[in-house]
Amino acid sequence: MANARIQVPASLSQGEVFEVRVLIRHPMETGLRHNDIGQLIPQNVIHLLTCRYNGVEVFRAELFPGVAANPYVSFFTTAVASGELEVSWTDDGGQTGTERASVMVLPRS
Amino acid sequence: MTHKGMSRRELLGAAIAPLFVSGLTREIAAADIPQHIQALIVEATGGVTPSRGKVKLTLPAIAESGNSVPLKLQVDSPMTAESYVRSIHIFSARNPRPVIARFHLGPQSGRAEVNTRIRLAGTQEVFALAIMSDASAWLGSTGVVVTAAACTDEKQEQQRNDPTPRT
Repeated sequence: MANARIQVPASLSQGEVFEVRVLIRHPMETGLRHNDIGQLIPQNVIHLLTCRYNGVEVFRAELFPGVAANPYVSFFTTAVASGELEVSWTDDGGQTGTERASVMVLPRS
Repeated sequence: MTHKGMSRRELLGAAIAPLFVSGLTREIAAADIPQHIQALIVEATGGVTPSRGKVKLTLPAIAESGNSVPLKLQVDSPMTAESYVRSIHIFSARNPRPVIARFHLGPQSGRAEVNTRIRLAGTQEVFALAIMSDASAWLGSTGVVVTAAACTDEKQEQQRNDPTPRT
């Protein structure tokens, strides 16, 4: 159900603080809406989003129904080494998703 | 565009004005923090009373739709191993569920800034609470005028729009 995009700068220098932008396609169903025959649509939102940078957790977000559909979250982290950013998430239905982005960190000139 | 009497701009200004305690900022007095929000703050800080400051919450003054309102959160912190923001909590005064999000940072974050998009069920105050590595707590808030609220019960909306009797 969920597709995602991670945006990081194309190249970074050692120690640089940079923004990671994440957009995930997910309805973030609030549990307060009804379908056409009046039944309550159960809550299903991404409730946990984590980002690991070369295996180390650098960001964690607990999200609730008050976050808009197709959640967008951006945060900052420090360019410690080249490698991989891995963003993972879990929704109330037990579905999980992962998206990865490479980071290229050049030594400071 | 002016109608008889007040223009739309003046009307909107009159609607926003009561939300502002001071004419210069959109900060509200401590007395204006709703009880249920105060309880959430105490729960998050473990009893530490937050101070006002360090937390800058940026939301549009007027949101056309409560379904997706951009939010920027910035906390004044060096983000070093000795002094950093551990967590930031966003609360809504009027949403059916007051906790909107909790973000967990660390020294490697480098900068205590988060952006996201939230849902707002009507015009209200939004609060941001930052808890630091030394367990101190800081609070910021801002008001948003929402012209079309999210989280409204669809049935009520349908009944408003469709005058035919329901079974």
